[in-house]
Amino acid sequence: MSILVYAEHDGRALSPATLSAIACARSIGGEIDVLVAGHDCAAAAQGAAAAAGVRKVLHADGAHLGQQIAENVAPLIESLASGYGHVLAAATPCAKNVLPRVAARLGVQQISEIVEVVSPDTFVRPIYAGNALATVQSSDPVKVITVRTTAFAAVADNGNQAAIERIDAGTDAGKTEFLGADLHATSGPELASARVVVSGGRGVGSAENFDIIRALAGTLGAAVGASRAAVDAGYVTNDHQVGQTGKVIAPELYIAVGISGAVQHLAGMKESRVIVAINKDGDAPIFEIADYGLVADLFSAVPELTGALSG
Amino acid sequence: MKIVVPVKRVVDAYVKVRVKSDGSGVDTDNTKMSMNPFDEIAIEEAVRLKEAGTATEIIAVSVGPQKAQEQLRTALAMGADRAILVESDLTDLQPLVIARLLAAVCEREQPDLVLMGKQAIDDDSNQVGQMLAALRDLPQGTFISRLEPGAGHVVVTREVDAGLERLRLSLPAVVTVDLRLNEPRYPKLPNIMKAKKVPIETATPAELGVDTASTLKTLKVEEPPVRKGGVKVASVAELVDKLKNEAKVI
Ligand SMILES: Cc1cc2nc3c(=O)[nH]c(=O)nc-3n(C[C@H](O)[C@H](O)[C@H](O)COP(=O)(O)OP(=O)(O)OC[C@H]3O[C@@H](n4cnc5c(N)ncnc54)[C@H](O)[C@@H]3O)c2cc1C
Ligand SMILES: Nc1ncnc2c1ncn2[C@@H]1O[C@H](COP(=O)(O)O)[C@@H](O)[C@H]1O
Repeated sequence: MSILVYAEHDGRALSPATLSAIACARSIGGEIDVLVAGHDCAAAAQGAAAAAGVRKVLHADGAHLGQQIAENVAPLIESLASGYGHVLAAATPCAKNVLPRVAARLGVQQISEIVEVVSPDTFVRPIYAGNALATVQSSDPVKVITVRTTAFAAVADNGNQAAIERIDAGTDAGKTEFLGADLHATSGPELASARVVVSGGRGVGSAENFDIIRALAGTLGAAVGASRAAVDAGYVTNDHQVGQTGKVIAPELYIAVGISGAVQHLAGMKESRVIVAINKDGDAPIFEIADYGLVADLFSAVPELTGALSG
Repeated sequence: MKIVVPVKRVVDAYVKVRVKSDGSGVDTDNTKMSMNPFDEIAIEEAVRLKEAGTATEIIAVSVGPQKAQEQLRTALAMGADRAILVESDLTDLQPLVIARLLAAVCEREQPDLVLMGKQAIDDDSNQVGQMLAALRDLPQGTFISRLEPGAGHVVVTREVDAGLERLRLSLPAVVTVDLRLNEPRYPKLPNIMKAKKVPIETATPAELGVDTASTLKTLKVEEPPVRKGGVKVASVAELVDKLKNEAKVI
């Protein structure tokens, strides 16, 4: 059976998350086709064709697909799905919005955020904010799946030259109008795929103080993350949130500063390879999972660390 | 504007769950149960729309056991007008089944807006709203942190990967809420007392014509591997040394 991967892209390039979804597809086994839907996204289609293991890229181009509006993209995926045994996508807000709509239209259960492929019909997924792992088996004819990207190492862009096929883009469902976006430009690496992440919590105290976190991140070439409390308090924007309801990441090094370590936060970072915690409360739960814990006031420890590393 | 708010009974967000030793699931006996936190936010938003004169009627709907009445009573105490319990003792009802049941309720009630949580914190599926929208062929606004009602439409601000985006959805529509939309109120004692007297309407999946069989079987539920805590370091210098020479990450 073959597998369809719904790609996420910015019109020019495939997102790294999609390369992880393709990796997951390879571990299921079978021919892999990638759907690149969007507006003026030929470059992204070419990017998909270069990814290792891809047989064919299906390229649908139309103004109504430009913003990945679920009402417009879902019918397109649905029309393709019957030719596949699996429809996969990375578990990002984009696919989380679109794929359940596809599953419902196909009359199948979606399997959310899998972290392991046991066999082509059996998968492992975290539940209860990662406090339990469920092994589930699907008897649906098409398995609609979102993939937790931290669990599958991205496939390489290996100069593969898969065929690109233009397909019909369908029509605008006409019930939803895109009004605009406020995308927060970030300097430095992307949170989702950064090798090192420095996150700040409520302990940081204010938006201005977050400069302490940014300075350390800058020194390490790291991305900046945050707890929900820090986002809710307006220290940083929502796209920085790590956790059950934010981004799930697994960098090589995660430094948690002024974060207590609530289960909902741990759900987003506990698979990191090395975890450092800096907190003035020696009993903070974050220390239970940190490889290296430093009980200290962040306002002195973090600048000192930044200084030591930039020397 | 008539609003339906689906609410789920879940293990409280601050309870540490325990996996049953036979691997059949998570232990929910004698565990504190609550309304799914996202659904509380959805109810709160609906009540604010009613207070602002936009909403005319709020109907809370839960699919679950008899005991889910507790969560419906909370919804009533917060300001919902009516409550419907779709009774089922099955513990593994899948999102598609829930969505079909809610679609059947919506077929009867014909709401202008369905306001619901983006995710249930037990199964972490993040599916039911999108599925309900698909089954009813309605526009959807997911993961929203702002809702502005208009004439025949709503404008929603969605939390997406790189920031925020705004959509205008024609009504009827399905909207799923994120944590930053509002801070839910604590119901006041007189309202809690009043809510106890409101009759809760009931229905069964059979009455709604929905098959509850699932094509997704849970084979087992396990504890995740526990991460061993490491060491405390005494100083920034020691931390730098460990990161460089022991963990070799910098
Ligand atoms: C449904 C639901 C979903 C959620 N999803 C998420 C999620 O995705 N991500 C998330 O992060 N949270 C999430 N939460 C919230 C979570 O439960 C916690 O409330 C939150 O993570 C706390 O953030 P915090 O650690 O920054 O704040 P706090 O718990 O207040 O901790 C602040 C820490 O800073 C330390 N501190 C203070 N001053 C200093 C100083 N000068 N120097 C050093 N340390 C200092 C304190 O000792 C304390 O440990 C969710 C909650 C719910 C109910
Ligand atoms: N059993 C249920 N009864 C009522 N509403 C539910 C139920 N399960 C899920 N929902 C709604 O669907 C949302 C998303 O749930 P889920 O897709 O399971 O993560 C929840 O926040 C609720 O609003």
